[in-house]
Amino acid sequence: MREFMIIFKQAFMTKAKTKSFIITTSIMIAAVFLFANMEKIIDTVKSATGGDSDSAEVLQVLDESGVLADRLKMQFESNESDFKVELSDKTEKELTDLVKEGEMDSFVTLALDNKNTIQANYVSMSAMEFNLPMMLQEALQSIQTEMKAEELSLSGEQVQTLLAPIQFEQQSVSPSAKSQEELSQARGLVYVLMFLIYFAVIVYSSMIATEVAAEKSSRVMEILISSVSPVKHMFAKVLGIGSLGLLQMVLLGLAGYIALKTTSSEMTEGLFTYLGFSNMNVGTLVYALIFFLLGYFLFATLAALLGSLVSRTEDVQQIIMPMTLLIVAAFMIAMTGLGNPEMAYVKYASFFPFFAPLVMFLRVGMLELPVWEPLLSIAIMLVTIFILGFFGARVYRGGVLMYGPSRSLKDIKKAIQLGKE
Amino acid sequence: MSLLLENVTKQFGDFTAVDDLTLSVGKGTMYGFLGANGAGKTTTFRMILGLLNANEGRITWNGKPISYATSPEIGYLPEERGLYPKMKVEEQLVFLAQLRGMKKPDAKMAMNKWLERMEISHYANKKVEELSKGNQQKIQVIASLMHNPQLLILDEPFSGLDPINVEMLKEAILQFRNDGATIIFSSHRMDHVEELCEQLSIIDKGKQIVSGTLREVKRSFGKQNVRINSDNDLAHLATIAGVISVQKSIEGALYQVESEQVGNDLLTAALKSGPVRHFGIEEPSLQDIFIEKVGKQHA
Repeated sequence: MREFMIIFKQAFMTKAKTKSFIITTSIMIAAVFLFANMEKIIDTVKSATGGDSDSAEVLQVLDESGVLADRLKMQFESNESDFKVELSDKTEKELTDLVKEGEMDSFVTLALDNKNTIQANYVSMSAMEFNLPMMLQEALQSIQTEMKAEELSLSGEQVQTLLAPIQFEQQSVSPSAKSQEELSQARGLVYVLMFLIYFAVIVYSSMIATEVAAEKSSRVMEILISSVSPVKHMFAKVLGIGSLGLLQMVLLGLAGYIALKTTSSEMTEGLFTYLGFSNMNVGTLVYALIFFLLGYFLFATLAALLGSLVSRTEDVQQIIMPMTLLIVAAFMIAMTGLGNPEMAYVKYASFFPFFAPLVMFLRVGMLELPVWEPLLSIAIMLVTIFILGFFGARVYRGGVLMYGPSRSLKDIKKAIQLGKE
Repeated sequence: MSLLLENVTKQFGDFTAVDDLTLSVGKGTMYGFLGANGAGKTTTFRMILGLLNANEGRITWNGKPISYATSPEIGYLPEERGLYPKMKVEEQLVFLAQLRGMKKPDAKMAMNKWLERMEISHYANKKVEELSKGNQQKIQVIASLMHNPQLLILDEPFSGLDPINVEMLKEAILQFRNDGATIIFSSHRMDHVEELCEQLSIIDKGKQIVSGTLREVKRSFGKQNVRINSDNDLAHLATIAGVISVQKSIEGALYQVESEQVGNDLLTAALKSGPVRHFGIEEPSLQDIFIEKVGKQHA
């Protein structure tokens, strides 16, 4: 146990003290704060750059019909829009030149055709402008509606009834389904957490494989396993790096919590509502932690096993490729399942141990599952981890002594053979 | 005998890496373990360390099999450098010493003592990869010695060291021997083995082809060189039984003879013909023995 702790500490401390770990973690925490304060920042930037918002932007209008410009002006005023309409006395060509030279942002020509339908032509340098054209279009559309209503001598009320929106609601009768609203709220949180699990599992398990291969290639492994049994070494390593991952996750979680608390006034607005952070489900968080840990241990033992087969760090990526593909496949299934978590293949995948960490988490986060389903999946994963740990330890014992150009999975057999000897 | 290998055989599939090896190393002795590349030295060391199990035979240390419980008593210097390249010298040495059962404060003290002794105290805060090869080897040596092991297994300890450092290391190892440690080491440098080891064995393709004390090995090799310088004609000496070959020189001749006794016969015969200006029996060097024994096996 003493040696176990020494290796565990060493695996944890040497990584935790590296610049790369400190920098990545700081960047991630900074990103969390940035994200949480996004709306504030956008507002601040807006008020800083567009500080002249009382002196609203002026839109030059060329009105061939002679009636539309005034109505547009009234429409904008009643909407309390930031834009002001100004009738231009220049020709279209002069205005176009002004826009080309950058003297003016944009202008619009208005006309009525023989059926009294509004013809508008908006001219600007960039085709990527959306805000103003959209408002303009809306304003002109309602002007047209008014004009037509007058033409047909309809009253305001009659127009209202014509435009009244229908009531449309979607309802699911599946017992596991959450309401559409709940679903989209859960989706954001599940998406973010799923991505975190995916990221952490892939990063930390390949870190294990690289560490093991590096210890082999620097031959320090021979010294290590002459004082500690390879099995102890392997599990201490897996736990050490795992704690590092957990630390990073906890730091991120804490940062997220603080960030959200400090900006709580805006939590019910915009982005956060969309991501479902406004009514954070504690159960989902707990499941995220469980599935992160299980996923990590599952893939870390596999990675340690694979890492022990190669003797150069350059070969690590190649040998862990099948494992990486498994994680990516799990992520793909989970991503497609995000839209429709009740698909049959998603359900089956959630009981396959290598997909379960992501897919079962997705289901548990999105659906009202009977308790036995996640429990069964967790049990399957635990058993798999146990088997992998047992099997991995045997491969590891021989693998760490194997040198040479071994980089295929066939070497597993050789390693077990050597481990027995 | 503190380290005992009895009829140890190790097979990897059809390949026999070590074949019926028997050797014993007592307290306070240094044992030279020689062999060409791939002869089975590292496999033997790994079996002694318990990393591999022998198919047949027994390996014991003070009467007990070697296990992880005995690891604090063992110091191991692998043939290739085995250190974390990115770890600082200080952290690394303390870590490795802790693994060998030392407490952290003790490990620090021992480390400082050894760094000073090896004259590399100023590297304590450097990463190992920043050090020269020779200095890395010194770190490696310290890692295998700093926990005061009773059994030292040194695989090519002198490789990569300059003559001054070789002397420094020899001195350290000799001190361990004088304090009663059991030391087994392999080397390709016959002169080092000749200088340091009371006992030795040469293995080739897993088989022990020579073993015993240095003197026994040299004696049993049989062939010795006898040089006689004389003004008289010594041609008739070549016919004496036991003379293998004669190499004439201006001042006399060099005779390769079967045994020390033949040398004495030669001297007697030469003295009969008149005065002898020089007579000497030259022992075969370990180098000669190694090349002859191992070379013959390969031929």
